[in-house]
Amino acid sequence: MSEHDKESGGAADDTPAASYRTIDAVTAVVIFAIGAVVAWDSYRIGAKWGSDGPEAGYFPFYIGLILCISSIVNFINALREKSFAEGGESFVSKSSLRMVFSVMIPTIIYVAAIGGVGPVPGVGIYVASVIFIAVFMLWLGKYGWGKTLGVSIGVPVFFFLMFEIWFKVPLPKGPLEAMLGLD
Amino acid sequence: MEEISSLMHGFAVALTPMNIGLMMIGILLGVLIGVLPGLGGANGVAILLPLTFAMGSTPAGQVSAIILLSCIYWGALFGGAITSILFNIPGEPWSVATTFDGYPMSQKGKAGEALTAAFTSSFVGAFIAVLMITFLAPMVARFALRFGPPEFFSVYLLTFCSFVGMTKSPPFKTLAAMMLGFALAAVGLDTVTGQLRLTFGFTELLKGFDFLIAVIGLFGIGEILLTIEEGLNFKGTEGKMRMKVVLETWKELPKYWKTSLRSSAIGCWMGITPGGATPASFMGYGVAKKLSPNGANFGKGEIEGVVAPETAAHAAGTAALLPMLTLGIPGSPTAAVLLGGLLIWGLQPGPLLFEEKKDFVWGLIASMYLGNVVGLIVVLTTVPLFAAILRVPFSIIAPVILVICAIGAFTVHQSMFDVWLMIIFGIIGYVFKKLDYPMAPMVLAIVLGDRAEDAFRQSMLASQGSLAVFFSNGLVGSITALALLMLFWAPLSATIARLRR
Amino acid sequence: MSKHLNTAANRQPQAKWKRVALACAVAVGTFASGVASAWEPTKSVEFVVPAGTGGGADQMARFIQGVITKNNLMKQSMVVVNKSGGAGAEGFLDVKGSNKDPHKIIITLSNLFTTPLATGVPFNWKDLTPVQMLALDQFIFWVNADTPYKTAKEYVDAVKAAGPNKMKMGGTGSKQEDQIITVAIEKQTGAKFTYIPYKGGGEVAVQLVGKHVDSTVNNPIEAVEQWRAGKLRPLCVFDDKKMPYTAKVASNMSWGDIPTCASQGVSVDYQMLRGIFMPPGVTKEQVKFYVDLFKKVRETPDWKEFMEKGAFDTTALTGEDYVNWVTREEQRHQALMAEAGFLAKK
Repeated sequence: MSEHDKESGGAADDTPAASYRTIDAVTAVVIFAIGAVVAWDSYRIGAKWGSDGPEAGYFPFYIGLILCISSIVNFINALREKSFAEGGESFVSKSSLRMVFSVMIPTIIYVAAIGGVGPVPGVGIYVASVIFIAVFMLWLGKYGWGKTLGVSIGVPVFFFLMFEIWFKVPLPKGPLEAMLGLD
Repeated sequence: MEEISSLMHGFAVALTPMNIGLMMIGILLGVLIGVLPGLGGANGVAILLPLTFAMGSTPAGQVSAIILLSCIYWGALFGGAITSILFNIPGEPWSVATTFDGYPMSQKGKAGEALTAAFTSSFVGAFIAVLMITFLAPMVARFALRFGPPEFFSVYLLTFCSFVGMTKSPPFKTLAAMMLGFALAAVGLDTVTGQLRLTFGFTELLKGFDFLIAVIGLFGIGEILLTIEEGLNFKGTEGKMRMKVVLETWKELPKYWKTSLRSSAIGCWMGITPGGATPASFMGYGVAKKLSPNGANFGKGEIEGVVAPETAAHAAGTAALLPMLTLGIPGSPTAAVLLGGLLIWGLQPGPLLFEEKKDFVWGLIASMYLGNVVGLIVVLTTVPLFAAILRVPFSIIAPVILVICAIGAFTVHQSMFDVWLMIIFGIIGYVFKKLDYPMAPMVLAIVLGDRAEDAFRQSMLASQGSLAVFFSNGLVGSITALALLMLFWAPLSATIARLRR
Repeated sequence: MSKHLNTAANRQPQAKWKRVALACAVAVGTFASGVASAWEPTKSVEFVVPAGTGGGADQMARFIQGVITKNNLMKQSMVVVNKSGGAGAEGFLDVKGSNKDPHKIIITLSNLFTTPLATGVPFNWKDLTPVQMLALDQFIFWVNADTPYKTAKEYVDAVKAAGPNKMKMGGTGSKQEDQIITVAIEKQTGAKFTYIPYKGGGEVAVQLVGKHVDSTVNNPIEAVEQWRAGKLRPLCVFDDKKMPYTAKVASNMSWGDIPTCASQGVSVDYQMLRGIFMPPGVTKEQVKFYVDLFKKVRETPDWKEFMEKGAFDTTALTGEDYVNWVTREEQRHQALMAEAGFLAKK
């Protein structure tokens, strides 16, 4: 990656948002928790080596156990790394994190818009895609309206033809498609 | 030789202008399907199946119909590599191993070379597999019958072992990643006892974690998040876009003939048993890394790292048609749909198909040769086109890729829950990559975890809990021994090197 | 036949008017295309298979899709979707959750009964709308053709002589139809098998050819090709009467020549439902469309050939008869599974 130009972003804010050490330790804790849950649930359904081989929970139980043990080691190793004060590595800088969120948040809203959340109905994947691509191009790409509309409508229309008409794979649709009688 | 004359007869059946036209259509359609994650070969074949019923009333028509369908299958095999190389998103499960070196190559501006290598290797793998089908079909079908649960388990063990020691990540992070993969694979219904495991009462978890969703998230979304950190300028540099790239790459490829042969052998074997194209691609990559002099550079954009998995995957995908025709067991979902097609034409796959429907079988085998030649020509002409996609600015291509990922995740089970899972896997992929948790062992564990466990426990049921079953006959014993050899390859080869000195 | 058709045609005009009135009342706000005729699908119909690709249910669903397309029985297309997760629970839950969706149908295996009983996943056939029984799938007791056993009695005696857990029975899935039959045989005869579950029926038949198991209870269609090739031998059929098909299939035997298991001292009787259900809350009109559609499917020569190849019991019930049959069968599964100890722990 280093070979590529990084002239983007203008005045980048390189202050770290989190240290490598913190994230490393937190990840180890999360994996430990997953391991514990896996081991516990497997123990519940039977984790012994029965008369005719292992029971349903046998392998998952040990998988959970190994997850726990290895994440303890990873946790200790993480604590041994240098903290910020000692000049430790940064996990992600503030400006980079901002960039990541600028993609992550629209994507999450996009997925929520496809299928809806709880009682709120979704608008379907095609309408959501039009808006998503348009927002991305206008806001992050600073493209003009003409180009933006062309791409943001063209791509979902292509996918509609491809999936619904050609391959008959139904994707989530919303009120607009119902109104046009396309669902 | 009887096979040669049968094959020549097959060529006579298959080689008509209409059939060649159908091949081109099939290949193009297949490539399109292969490119989009979520649309598998099974979709394409299933949609065209009804169209082909009209053709299937005469023997010649049946051959035309199966040519069209199988060419979609070849096209999908070819096409799966494209998004793996360009965007780190495997279009098909068997293309995951292609991302390991294919994507780094395209980041270095060598997308054209990587695509050419992938397509050409696919062709070589398929060609060798077809040769095997032509001349060894009856023998090979008998070999497949020798595979019971212990043999299957030893094959999976071998796949894992050939992959051990591949990453340079901290050992306990590798272990944690792999175990996480196994844990995800265990979610859902346990085949052997019929019990639900790790579902915690959520009906969404009944179907378990699909490999494709994990991969789209971990590789595709994770990669976009990593890229975006660097800012919005698209990193992919412009490679050479001209057809010359194809010829230049071809000059280089013969150097890797050993890897090609090895991967073809692995692919044929895995296709017949039927372990499938996905384990074959992983095993092909793992073995090549261990045995190749360039092994240390694998993962950094080594062309041999593209050749090895692609050859194996395509050889396996082709060889998988043999057990389908002779035993009626499909080696992949696509093969299963093809099987459904054969049934409606009144062709019942089974041991007698080769005797009772000679025209059909040899026409199909001849079309495998022709289809792959046509396929190679078609896909190679698309290399400059696909390489050009990399020039599209990131702020346009990124949302389109995200849309494709969402569609892909949804179509696997027609479930929005899976799309959310994909997002979560994306975040996991981003964090893991930065923290140096290796993704490959995790993905491998998701793919093979439950299959390996089923085979192990079926073996244990049969042997009344005795582990000796894994050495109970020559076949299973030698595969298990080979697996253990692979497992201890690194210390062993180090010792041997020291002794030589 | 022709008489029957005539009366049906005569009755149609009156019914049509009623339907138009109904359709007008219901179809407010929707873009019904052909108002003049009965309900018809307005988009492609999803045909859910609660099992993996390549199995018996999947083969039948794809075959039906083919027959419908080939004979133009429906204006809209039909798409087969496999939802096999959790022993089919994924598919059944999907249909259960698609309230009032007339563009979705599901084909059943015995897992309609066994999956909720064995796993406790919350669904029941009463959550769905019964449409039509297409056929019943038979089960046959198979051994490898290289073994000396000619009758079920000989084989069962050999199993007993070998001692408990020495002989292996291969089957599809755990706590599902194949294992239920195995346990029933054990209860009946006192023989004791080691049951080894695999993922699909075709795989099980191949494992028997490869001698990795000693016997199976495969459906006819799963094993017929191996039988024709002389690799497998049928011992008996798990039904109270012989199958009606007399055309020679293999080694001078027809399906009809296979004796019943009861006549061999193994009185186990079990068939599997191949039936169609729809989501809850659909209208009678919509159900009628599919009943008519499958009637046309069953009249095609393709279907008849398929039935013979797979030696199906062609009993096809609709309406109340179907509901009664399913109710009886559910109680029977409840009893069989309770006896075998397969019920989910509460």
